[in-house]
Amino acid sequence: MSRNHVSTTVNGDRVEFLCETGQTLLEALRDELRLTGTKEGCGTGDCGACSVMVDGRLVCSCLMLAVEAEGKAIETVEGMADGDTLHPLQRKFIEHAALQCGICTPGILIAARALLARNPDPTEAEVRFWLAGNLCRCTGYHKIVDAVLDAAREMRGG
Amino acid sequence: MRYEVPKTLEAAIALLAGANGRGRVLAGGTDLLIQLRSGRAEPELLVDVKAIAEMRAVEAAAGGYRVGAAVTCMELIENEAFARAWPGIVDGVKYIGSIQVKGRATMGGNLCNASPAADSVPALIAAGAVACIAGPQGRREQPVEAFVTGPGKTTLAKGELVVSFLLPRRAPRSGDAYLRFTPRTEMDIAVVGAAVNLTLDDKGVCGSARVSLGAVAARALLVPEAAAALIGTRVDAVALARLAAAASAACKPIDDKRGTKEYRIKVAGVMAERAAVIALERAGRQI
Repeated sequence: MSRNHVSTTVNGDRVEFLCETGQTLLEALRDELRLTGTKEGCGTGDCGACSVMVDGRLVCSCLMLAVEAEGKAIETVEGMADGDTLHPLQRKFIEHAALQCGICTPGILIAARALLARNPDPTEAEVRFWLAGNLCRCTGYHKIVDAVLDAAREMRGG
Repeated sequence: MRYEVPKTLEAAIALLAGANGRGRVLAGGTDLLIQLRSGRAEPELLVDVKAIAEMRAVEAAAGGYRVGAAVTCMELIENEAFARAWPGIVDGVKYIGSIQVKGRATMGGNLCNASPAADSVPALIAAGAVACIAGPQGRREQPVEAFVTGPGKTTLAKGELVVSFLLPRRAPRSGDAYLRFTPRTEMDIAVVGAAVNLTLDDKGVCGSARVSLGAVAARALLVPEAAAALIGTRVDAVALARLAAAASAACKPIDDKRGTKEYRIKVAGVMAERAAVIALERAGRQI
């Protein structure tokens, strides 16, 4: 079977990989590119653990084929920190203990960053609705919402 | 499995027509990828339609709108002019899954997946949307209410695909709304969905209306009897009660884990009434 050749950008780096047509972007990120920060939860687009940005759009990487990434700009959790300096959201998740097992965390960080890029001053309800597609089975969400609101405050300079 | 990204509609149709029924259109993929994963769909060819400009555009047409079938839900939600013209369609689109799912999912896919509970479909039906279809025999148009023939079944012939939706010119003092009932407020599938689209005259009397219900039959229904309860009235309490009764009477639901027949019949009336009140308020804002 012939494999598809895909050229794309991941966190600003040009990358190329080969994939089967049926392979998802999530599988390509983890298995071909060894970027294992993005997690698989359900594999059916319900849990949001595999959230990444594609051309500035928040998507589930399990619901997109790797071949569809041709020419696109992908952003994953590996690109969030600036060297050793964590993104404010990452720091606030640690400060607020907004994670336990950590499987949902990369997807929630990516989703929360996408929210704050659109809406730097969201209400608690807006945070909860935006993150409705990201399931967490550990925290009960409260600490996650607190961390996102606190990060938003800091990023606004307040 | 082969993957193709044709740049023209003609090329997409040729690819699909040449696949002997083993080709599938890939738009947002939010339903198709799950079918591929589970083995329910085993196509030999995937035709990605997202490089076809006509299927990705939202544009003014014939005084109304033409919305490409492969426009994503998030793109449509963010289109302020469209959302002002057809807020009820945007209500429906907003219910289609999470932000992540809406970043990929399309109205064309929502329609062609042919779920009785598809959230954008009752809103499209109430709006009087027409599906523009292209295939090896040329182009045809079909009102959305006639397109789905049953769960998972549509009128698409081999090699055909939905290209776009045509929304009619909006009369002044018009409003539309879609509501659904779900046990959760987000990330759920409609137990009942109801869409109402109405136009008032300059005295506030309803001159025309369309009502559609989802998840209460094998496919989304256009319910002219429910619309008739509104036409010629000021959409007062009496008219709303008649609308609710007509909506409930039109239901042919199943019992399932989301709700019983009796429950769906009752809730359909309530949802239709509430959607009418929102549509009325939206129409009234334009007086």
